[in-house]
Amino acid sequence: MELEGGSTEEFSSIDGYFGRFGGRFVPEPLIFALDELNDAFEKCISDEKFVAGLDNLRKNYIGRPTPLYYAENLSEKTGGARIFLKREDLCHTGSHKLNNTLGQCLLARSMGKARVIAETGAGQHGVACATAAALFNQECIVYMGEVDTQRQASNVFRMELLGAKVIPVSSGSRTLKDAINEALRDWVENVRSTHYCLGSVVGPHPFPKIVREFQSVIGKETFAQCLDTEGRLPDMVVACVGGGSNSIGIFSPFIGRGVQLIGVEAGGTGKGEGEHGATLCYGIEGVLHGSLSYLLQDESGQILESHSVSAGLDYPGVGPEHSYLKEKGLASYTTASDEEALHAAELLSRTEGIIPALESAHALAHAVRVAPSMSKESFIVVCLSGRGDKDIDILMERL
Amino acid sequence: MSGIARIKDMFEGLEGRRAALVTYACGFYPDEGTSRDVVLTMLSSGADAVEIGIPFSDPVMDGPVIENAGRKAIEAGATALKVLGLISKIRERTEKPILIMSYYNPIYRQGLQRFVGLAGDCGVDGLVVPDLPPEEMEPLKDVCDESGIATCAFCSPTSTLDGIASASRMTTGFIYCVSLLGTTGARQTLSDEIPSLIRRARECTTLPLAVGVGISTPEHCREAGKLADAVIVGSALVKLIKEDGSHQGLSELVSEMRGALL
Repeated sequence: MELEGGSTEEFSSIDGYFGRFGGRFVPEPLIFALDELNDAFEKCISDEKFVAGLDNLRKNYIGRPTPLYYAENLSEKTGGARIFLKREDLCHTGSHKLNNTLGQCLLARSMGKARVIAETGAGQHGVACATAAALFNQECIVYMGEVDTQRQASNVFRMELLGAKVIPVSSGSRTLKDAINEALRDWVENVRSTHYCLGSVVGPHPFPKIVREFQSVIGKETFAQCLDTEGRLPDMVVACVGGGSNSIGIFSPFIGRGVQLIGVEAGGTGKGEGEHGATLCYGIEGVLHGSLSYLLQDESGQILESHSVSAGLDYPGVGPEHSYLKEKGLASYTTASDEEALHAAELLSRTEGIIPALESAHALAHAVRVAPSMSKESFIVVCLSGRGDKDIDILMERL
Repeated sequence: MSGIARIKDMFEGLEGRRAALVTYACGFYPDEGTSRDVVLTMLSSGADAVEIGIPFSDPVMDGPVIENAGRKAIEAGATALKVLGLISKIRERTEKPILIMSYYNPIYRQGLQRFVGLAGDCGVDGLVVPDLPPEEMEPLKDVCDESGIATCAFCSPTSTLDGIASASRMTTGFIYCVSLLGTTGARQTLSDEIPSLIRRARECTTLPLAVGVGISTPEHCREAGKLADAVIVGSALVKLIKEDGSHQGLSELVSEMRGALL
């Protein structure tokens, strides 16, 4: 079996759209920058020097390939299917986010843009962007909701230590969605000199495509590692979905290959308005932040606030490719509640000595839920997208 | 009379003697009744047409003044359908063009057919949708064409000539020329990108050109009005809206702006 797997592109013909989802719903002044970015991206990923440079950084700076670890203790405790963990938590900066920011900041450098802006929720993407910008000597501005700057104060300091400027956003709900609004406003104003390093597979085309490409390294490695150690593809791949970048990254080579792909959204505290972040499970399609996708919105089209114990899943939108995968039945989506995620984090800490990020704990919670009903011969891969150090305060408070 | 015809008549009536003054007000800011009075004050003080905003939770093209107005309007109960209701009341009092300024999601949520049908029934003449670039406008334009409601696509200092040409194809009202790279909001000085933007736009289209974003003073109106067919003023007026219902400052600035265009 060859390494390169299928991708959604095989099922989607019009550039910029995944079926009817995606598009470029942005103010007109940004269109030229999106065209420029798309051209630069296409040129770079077919340029051997760019690819070799990125490969080198992935290996020696991020620490790739990350291991595919058989969680034997956890599997024995859970029973049924064996559970493997794709250890993105071992990446430099502690999550999969650096896969994307290194790629994009390198792209910005090749476009001659010395100023990079980013949005961040919990701070993982902000830290990863500040890290890449420090490496490439770029000016870095990170927009972060005021609420998040307070609950993630140490990440604010981390970004500042890396030389970035963190701007608290006090408009709207003062969280991730508003940080994206503010970054888009900055971009409209400074579009000629600035690259917007978007952190997930959301936003206008070509961002969902670019971020997917840079994150697909997770899936490509996993694909090869499964063949290596088990001699076959897994029965199921499980990943958490906020905007959806680690999940698209790990899903992409497995799409259409008979592997069950499960995205796990933030079930929060319930199904009511403002109680969860389960956009695909409970949302309705609409347009936010540049693309047509599922959204949490009210009946008059105002965007609703989301909730999750994990800041990285606390977003009322989702990447358009996920909406497409859901609609075509190529992946399925479920939820794990705050409580389930917290318990999964505790379980993994006790059984394997690995403290997962609360985002990743949602994926783990689902794997633990379904493994007992599967045979011992089957195996599940969970994308362990980040480590849990950043969540220690919440874990202390809640467990 | 269709909305397309009403907007066309406005420009034809001016015969190029002066640029039209289009003023913006946010529906339901600070409340329904006051926003109706604000629009009527603008019209009686010399505005040739009005844009009425449907507030949105995530207005990425707007600066702080309009964003805050929108938030208060949502708190005051504004929804897309209620703003249409407000417009039907204003329609009873004026024959001048009324446009809606709305982000795409509140329109999309209602369904394009339903929204545009209701807008037509309420006397709306045109739509301005700031997060809908020309390449995404076709579905909305098709529906608007059937109802005779005008569409107004955007172009900006970063538009290519092809981009302006596609804005022209998607427009049946006027082309909204964004004067500068940035969000809505009053500025001290007029953007120096206007002359080249208008010159390039004239190469690509014969449609009326309206300049907006950052037009803040009568002097700005005079200068921009020499080049464009219309000037659009938003934040500078929204700032003057008083919750106590006294509209004197607003009325004076609109008349001064209108005076500057003569």
